Amino acid sequence: MAAAEIDVKYVAHLARVALTPDEEKKLAAQLGGILGYIEKLKELDVTNVEPTAHAVPLVNVTRADEIRPSLPHDGALRNAPKQAGGLFIVPKIVE
Amino acid sequence: MLNQLAISELATKLAKREISARDVTQSCLDQIARVDGQIHAFISHNTADALAQADAADKLISQSGTGANRPLLGIPIAVKDVLAVKNQPLNCGSKILGKFISPYDATAIEKLKAAGAIVFGRLNMDEFAMGSSTENSAFGVTKNPWDITRIPGGSSGGSAAAVAADECIASLGSDTGGSIRQPAALCGCVGLKPTYGRISRYGLVAFASSLDQIGPFTKNVSDAAMLLGVLSGVDPRDSTSVPVPVPNYVAALDGKIKGLKLGLPKEYMIGGLDPEVKAAVDAAVKQYEKLGAEIVEISLSHTVYAVATYYIIATAEASANLARFDGIRYGARIDGNDPIELYSKTRGSGFGPEVKRRIILGTYVLSSGYYDAYYLRAQKVRTLIRNDFLRAFETVDAIVTPTTPTAAFKIGEKSDDPLQMYLSDIFTISCNLAGICGISLPCGFTKNPKLPIGLQLLGKPFGEETLLKLAHAYEQSTGWHKEKPPLSTGA
Repeated sequence: MAAAEIDVKYVAHLARVALTPDEEKKLAAQLGGILGYIEKLKELDVTNVEPTAHAVPLVNVTRADEIRPSLPHDGALRNAPKQAGGLFIVPKIVE
Repeated sequence: MLNQLAISELATKLAKREISARDVTQSCLDQIARVDGQIHAFISHNTADALAQADAADKLISQSGTGANRPLLGIPIAVKDVLAVKNQPLNCGSKILGKFISPYDATAIEKLKAAGAIVFGRLNMDEFAMGSSTENSAFGVTKNPWDITRIPGGSSGGSAAAVAADECIASLGSDTGGSIRQPAALCGCVGLKPTYGRISRYGLVAFASSLDQIGPFTKNVSDAAMLLGVLSGVDPRDSTSVPVPVPNYVAALDGKIKGLKLGLPKEYMIGGLDPEVKAAVDAAVKQYEKLGAEIVEISLSHTVYAVATYYIIATAEASANLARFDGIRYGARIDGNDPIELYSKTRGSGFGPEVKRRIILGTYVLSSGYYDAYYLRAQKVRTLIRNDFLRAFETVDAIVTPTTPTAAFKIGEKSDDPLQMYLSDIFTISCNLAGICGISLPCGFTKNPKLPIGLQLLGKPFGEETLLKLAHAYEQSTGWHKEKPPLSTGA
């Protein structure tokens, strides 16, 4: 079975990754090959098979709700590309 | 040459005050100065900081000796560029993190420091641990110490090359689909991927959260056992770390493997398996028989689906995990007129080709209309793969396989063909999907050129004691681990 055509431009938009037209072309060809290989999984009958999201069956892991030291303010801002007044600076979102 | 010794040998000399931590550290730094220009295992290292840590260790030794609770006192250990070490750079082999400096220590790093280790250096890797050759780094290619025209494996190629070339005594790496075991095999050192949940992942930059695990690279099995003991344990900061008691792994290395059952999966004897690799693994299996282990043929019937399953699950998880690199809170930023343009431009220019490929693939398999066909189906096949292993472990104590189908390939040989690159992980990938433990150790060399071959042992979930016992018994009866690349010894 042939793999689905992948609309690289659209998926790249979903992923918020700007691509050059050259990158789009190259990726479409490479991903086509990889998706073709992945089609292999359709050979298997997976009816009544439970999905595995995690190999270790831990559920509802909790810890005591206690105040503990956390990353200090200046530590959190230390690597920010733009900051002022103890805040991250971002482009305008609402007009 | 102190840099060539193992942790256990150095610890004895340090305890007797025959040598100082400064001597050991200086010998590693000298080796880096001599050989790293050729292999480029390190992205960076801070000489003054390493020596200051060594002096602090020497002071501690002179005051109170080395002590049982500080088994790594004075031992220089280098770190893959994916683990946070407070006040050191952290780039994940990528441009996108810019001049990032870690504000805190990963739990694994805290544990190394508490055990007395000198934690130094940033080791090269495939960008965000995506790759099998350490060719996908924004900081240049790492070369194999046995042949600098060949790749060291990946993604923890720097970690493997640095240990093999004796630039450090041990190192840490991470393994999502073979990224510790595969480079360990190709560089000729010991690489251990513990069971998922054995070591806290707090402070490990996430690639695929249901598969990632931290582990050590060492010069012998005993050092791997010792480091595993230091690194293991439940951590409230990682809800996927598992509260299973940490045994004394070194004490398990008693050579008593008589009667243990080793499974030989028939599905691993594939067409692409290099004849010299096959011969070395066959000889290792014979050696195990000689040592008293029982060899049983087993079937892991879904092996052929592992690579496809992995490249759906790992890329899906990566596409979500790497969303955080958006130029807002840290790293490089390229401005845009609105937030979406800022994200897209920042990510488009900051990520390399392999990372983009995987983010796009991962986004696609999770996108509306494709989720069930790809992601959900892959999770179901993951169950089948895991069940293969759990069923096998009902009859065998461990599984023995080659770590890789071939020895180290040439730089550039597979870099334009992502699918061929992915298929080089065929023997290591199932272990992560199943969440079990695995180790690679040297089991011979190809003839011409002389390149290391790795033997892989796979063990039950939290079965590291048996795994290490088996690895140690083989190692001590053969001595492959003592061979050094000519580049390291200057021969």
